[in-house]
Amino acid sequence: MLNHTTGQAEAPILVEVKGLKKYFPIRSGLLRRQIAVRKAVDDVNFSIRQGEVLGLVGESGCGKTTTGLCVLRGLEPTGGSVTMHVDGNAVDLMQLNRERLRTFRRHAQMIFQDPFASLNPRMTVFDTVTEPLRAHGVTDRDTLQARALELMELVGLAPHYLRRYPHAFSGGQRQRIGIARALALNPKLIVADEPVSALDVSVQAQIINLLKDLQEQLNIAFLFISHDLGVVKHTCNRIAVMYAGKIVEEAPTDELYAAPKHPYTEALLSSVPRPDPRHRENEIILSGEVPDPAHLPGGCPFHPRCLYVEERCKHETPALTPIGPNRRVACLRAEELSLRGMST
Amino acid sequence: MENILEVKGLKTHFRFDEGIVRAVDGVDFRIRPQGTLGIVGESGCGKSITAMSIMRLLPRSAKIVDGQMLFRYPDSRNIEQIVDLAQVDEDGRTMLEIRGNRIAMIFQEPMTALSPVHTIGEQLVEAIRLHQDLSKREARNLGIEMLRKVGIPRAEQRIDDYSFQLSGGLRQRAMIAIALCNRPLLLIADEPTTALDVTIQAQILRLIRELQEEYAMAVMIITHNLGVIARMADEVAVMYRGRVVEFADVDSIFHAPKHPYTKALLRSIPKVDAPRTARLLSIRGTVPEPFAVVPGCPFHPRCDVAVAGLCNSGEPPALLPVRNGHAVACVLETEESRRYA
Repeated sequence: MLNHTTGQAEAPILVEVKGLKKYFPIRSGLLRRQIAVRKAVDDVNFSIRQGEVLGLVGESGCGKTTTGLCVLRGLEPTGGSVTMHVDGNAVDLMQLNRERLRTFRRHAQMIFQDPFASLNPRMTVFDTVTEPLRAHGVTDRDTLQARALELMELVGLAPHYLRRYPHAFSGGQRQRIGIARALALNPKLIVADEPVSALDVSVQAQIINLLKDLQEQLNIAFLFISHDLGVVKHTCNRIAVMYAGKIVEEAPTDELYAAPKHPYTEALLSSVPRPDPRHRENEIILSGEVPDPAHLPGGCPFHPRCLYVEERCKHETPALTPIGPNRRVACLRAEELSLRGMST
Repeated sequence: MENILEVKGLKTHFRFDEGIVRAVDGVDFRIRPQGTLGIVGESGCGKSITAMSIMRLLPRSAKIVDGQMLFRYPDSRNIEQIVDLAQVDEDGRTMLEIRGNRIAMIFQEPMTALSPVHTIGEQLVEAIRLHQDLSKREARNLGIEMLRKVGIPRAEQRIDDYSFQLSGGLRQRAMIAIALCNRPLLLIADEPTTALDVTIQAQILRLIRELQEEYAMAVMIITHNLGVIARMADEVAVMYRGRVVEFADVDSIFHAPKHPYTKALLRSIPKVDAPRTARLLSIRGTVPEPFAVVPGCPFHPRCDVAVAGLCNSGEPPALLPVRNGHAVACVLETEESRRYA
């Protein structure tokens, strides 16, 4: 199959997520009786090809982090399947028992947002980056040492840092350590949850470049979760926009920014303050706030804030529907609306 | 003095057992009446400590060791006063009259800035009655009016809510209502939208701009986000390691920056409207740790155009004017502009 935008042959599919759901019960009263459910993730479908970077964007509470955790079964999903195609086998992660899941996890790793909270302060860098190897049965000191040195080189840290503890490092360096740990087992997929959000701009650019280099060099696929539309633009091949637990639009990066098809994407792009004072005063400002997933409005979940709302949007829930090659959108008016993108 | 606030050579240092941290180490800027000054810099550059110095709300370990902060305001009898905020007693009458009244402040995290054990109304009434001679009932009514003004729906009910009952966006609106209830001349906003989502950020930034116009107040907005600066500020001070390294009108900062740090910062942001390039241009290295003493220009270890012998020794370069209203603290730039003058 040919890639629509680049004309290159597309890589085979690595992960397929189907009907992913995560419902949290809301309990109340003395007996903690369940009174409702919070649909944090509600029927999410997407796939990622080998070596591809899929961005998952949206505002807080939209379910993007929960989706990332459920994909690796860091959280047990309520329903759905996550199929990974590794070494010619298709494995549904949801069907694995604990032991098989643990061995399988070497193919899929995670990078976290807060580089201060995600490293154990009592472990040296050497212990941190080699822990995944030890967890998977590698005990030979020379092998561990050699791999640790390789990893340090990959993430651009000096080898003598291996003996130090996390407190001695800056945020950017800690994030490099977290990345080294994620790379230790040569994963095929990395779920990166806001990996640069806690960093200063000047350091953020270094880490974005590092992730890009690694992805190209090692052909790792990424599920890149972020609220920052500037960051995902520079890192992702394809982007899925989430709102209230569902994907509302999915498109190749350049197409999404140039011609969004969902009113929420349009507003999201427009509300990012651009670093150019000559570009003021034309932002679309949505009224209201992201709905509480426990009290979703009927019809299209976005309709109370939508600028293009019609009567039918209040009753009919749009499904995520293909429009053209590689694009999907969940909006009843997608065909007729002509929305504003970003001119470059 | 035509400016509402003039900060000159401000130095605020922290004394710890491990040594002295020069958090603010020579800061100069001015704010025009009704103008908007943006202060931009990375974490640890001293931008928040500058704000806390103006408000005289510094922790015990910090001390203003040098400099002036001249603030011009009409006092309670409507007679114009100019006071040096660096010299007044932080718990004295003058500061009590200014803080929360003539100069108000909003913070990044409304959850921690608001009291969790008092309702929004109690906090509003307290702030109002501290500076205005109103009865509790009158103050409450003014409070409701303020909540309406900042766009809180059902304000007459919401006034009895606690801060944890409000969403992040509403909480920031409530904090703005409390800050503005005494009609300050200057609002200091320290990362007011950093904790908020982009669509809510856009709402809050617009609200601040509208209220600024209505109240004819000056705004000092502190942020690390260059997009927020571009959207809000008339003039910008770029800070690095406790010093203002560049000061100019907002268009010059973004379209004709002079300082290598400002230029590098602008190149390193991933922009939504720029074509995707293979790599972002990053600034090498990191900000040196706070106790480190860097001789010469504080930015020279990370600077691509630093000249050995010129940039890496002696005193840090002074902030010198290069053009009308545009000042830069870089020996290379000021030398050059002098040569071509």
